[in-house]
Amino acid sequence: MEEPKLKELVINRDWCKGCGICVHFCPKKVLELDDNEKAFAKRPEDCICCKLCEFRCPDLAIEIISSRGTARRAPTKGLLL
Amino acid sequence: MAIRDYIRERFFPHIWCPGCGHGMVLNGLLRAIEKIGLDKNEIVMVSGIGCSARIAGYVDFHTMHTIHGRALAFATGIKMSRPELKLIVPMGDGDALAIGGNHFIHAARRNMDMTAIVMNNRVYGMTGGQYSPLSGYGTMSTTSPYSNIDHAFDVVELSVAAGASFVGRTTTYHAKQMADILGQAIIHKGFSVVEIMSQCPTCFGRQNRLGSAIDMLEHFKENTTPIGSKAKQKNPDLIERGIFVQKKMPEYCSEYEKIIERAMVTVHHRDRRGHREYN
Amino acid sequence: MNENLKFIQGNEVCVEAALYTGLDFFAGYPITPSTEIMEHMAKRLPKIGGKFLQMEDEIASLCAIIGASLTGHKVMTATSGPGFSLMQEALGYAIVAEIPCVIVNVQRGGSSTGIPTHVGQGDVMQARWGTHGDHAIIVMTASNHQDVFAITVDAFNLAETYRTPVILLFDEVVGHMRERIFIPKKGEIPLVERLRASVKRGVDFHPYLPREDGRLPISDFGGVNRHNVTGLAHDMWGFPSDNPQVVHGLIRHLVDKIQNNTHKIAKYKEYYLQDARTILISYGSAARSALHVVENRRSRGEKLGLLELQTLWPFPYYLVQEKCADAKYVVVVEMNMGQILQAVKVSVDRPERVFLANRIDGVFITPTDIRNILRLIEGKGV
Repeated sequence: MEEPKLKELVINRDWCKGCGICVHFCPKKVLELDDNEKAFAKRPEDCICCKLCEFRCPDLAIEIISSRGTARRAPTKGLLL
Repeated sequence: MAIRDYIRERFFPHIWCPGCGHGMVLNGLLRAIEKIGLDKNEIVMVSGIGCSARIAGYVDFHTMHTIHGRALAFATGIKMSRPELKLIVPMGDGDALAIGGNHFIHAARRNMDMTAIVMNNRVYGMTGGQYSPLSGYGTMSTTSPYSNIDHAFDVVELSVAAGASFVGRTTTYHAKQMADILGQAIIHKGFSVVEIMSQCPTCFGRQNRLGSAIDMLEHFKENTTPIGSKAKQKNPDLIERGIFVQKKMPEYCSEYEKIIERAMVTVHHRDRRGHREYN
Repeated sequence: MNENLKFIQGNEVCVEAALYTGLDFFAGYPITPSTEIMEHMAKRLPKIGGKFLQMEDEIASLCAIIGASLTGHKVMTATSGPGFSLMQEALGYAIVAEIPCVIVNVQRGGSSTGIPTHVGQGDVMQARWGTHGDHAIIVMTASNHQDVFAITVDAFNLAETYRTPVILLFDEVVGHMRERIFIPKKGEIPLVERLRASVKRGVDFHPYLPREDGRLPISDFGGVNRHNVTGLAHDMWGFPSDNPQVVHGLIRHLVDKIQNNTHKIAKYKEYYLQDARTILISYGSAARSALHVVENRRSRGEKLGLLELQTLWPFPYYLVQEKCADAKYVVVVEMNMGQILQAVKVSVDRPERVFLANRIDGVFITPTDIRNILRLIEGKGV
């Protein structure tokens, strides 16, 4: 089966509270906090689409859209990468 | 449907603190509901009072934010009067087991089809960090400033003893397991209890020097283990995760349907004295 | 024999009346002297496909019926003093969330556990102010079985009209006494059915925005209009708000919708008031003794009259003032330390002419008790 490929890593900056859970638990260290304490994808090319960041985000601020996932409309306020 | 279709986006970002486990419970619950494919109109969420209770405002179901500890009693009335609805009752640890402890055990005993979620962060967060019936011996809080001498309930053992027909436990760290257990609990026909160990870095974590939300999640990872694992045999202090009870038992609303049938049959019977029973 | 003629307890009459209105959900907890209500409900409800629940306490009982009301059912619970005390928080919730329900309190004697099998009327003020915070409430009572029936039906009608809990404040004597009653035929007493929201799917729905006539349509849980119900101060969408304007508007709405309609809500009966020099004001079972005294004295030519209140709250101040305008003496007959007495004193132009004839020992107040007070007031000695 083909590995899922990251199409978009959507982070809603208005909802993100910068707890850093996604950053810490990402198995590939894709995410980091920026100067405003908001998560962003520093190394999106390393993402393996395990979606653990999305599942664990307490603020419902992350969405992983992968080539195999169910693509849907992007959130209105999301930061597209 | 994506999980964002199940929430009331206009109220986000939510009121919970950065790193609060309750947001992770909301996240897992929505994933469970999405996977089952329930319609928003068939779900009723009833919550009590406290940080946990605010969850009801964020989901786009029929929602009821009630009074402290009584969520299960309200849910019982809703379910009984309209059994086709799916009832989800998220509660905090103090909400479910201190002020609401009596309703909790009686709801378990009655086995009416609904899902009780105990969002266990071991503290009263909304009021600023007092000990709860799940804080446990030796914990610090604003009302146990010299250490807590109250012992904690074991939610799983309590629920099993009270007769719940589905009992599960997981943590916010185990996000996939959480969604899985919640999904099975919702599908289960009968009273289901899911204890989700949740972190409160602001009140419980700070007072007990447990570090950040991340440290607390690491703690869940290290101090829990699947039910019956070898690790548990080696270290009995580990807390078990998984589904402890999942059994078929007569469900209350279905049983009451039988009562209705029985009562209707006797409508035209005459009683022993030969009088027609008055109806 | 007329099938609708019965000789039953007051508690059972209350059940008959509730079923007459279309009630199909009851939850309760056993407590003297109201238990017969739940016993009869347990027997009667499943026969009509209704639901009966015996809950773990009175708090849960009221919570359960509030929940059931939200799914579109007419609901009731019944209790007595101690149980009524437990219900106060949920009662406030139903008031603020505007959920129709009927709560019966068959009053016992005494305070605290008191004297459960005896009579009292000590919960009048608790019914008015028992739950915390500003609110208005409808509290009704009756002195005989025919009235118990009518007032119970009325309670359901008012609960639906104003989207509010209504309290039926009966007492042990009325609850346990057996008396003749004609059950009215279907349709004889008009019923108020719930006003439902007719908002189409997708249209912005305001569950807490009253119509021009002040009534608030409901959308049942399980329907297409999903909304939030909360005891927090809330906006017209039902979501929590601490906006001062919103909070002010909510409290005014909750109080005004009832206080401003006192003249419509207030039920009473009057006997020989047109030329009465001494007016007895009473309610519930105490009014039976008061009426006995009035009729007895009328037969001797004395100008006594009785104003029997059936709506205690909102208190009909205007009515009491008007009826007592020409009275030399006003005597409030009740089985407590003077709870309605205070409201009467506020109503009349000359409060120094208002007296109390009471009993607080759990024994039903007799005509002799009232007569003794009248002799004292009239300066005739005991």
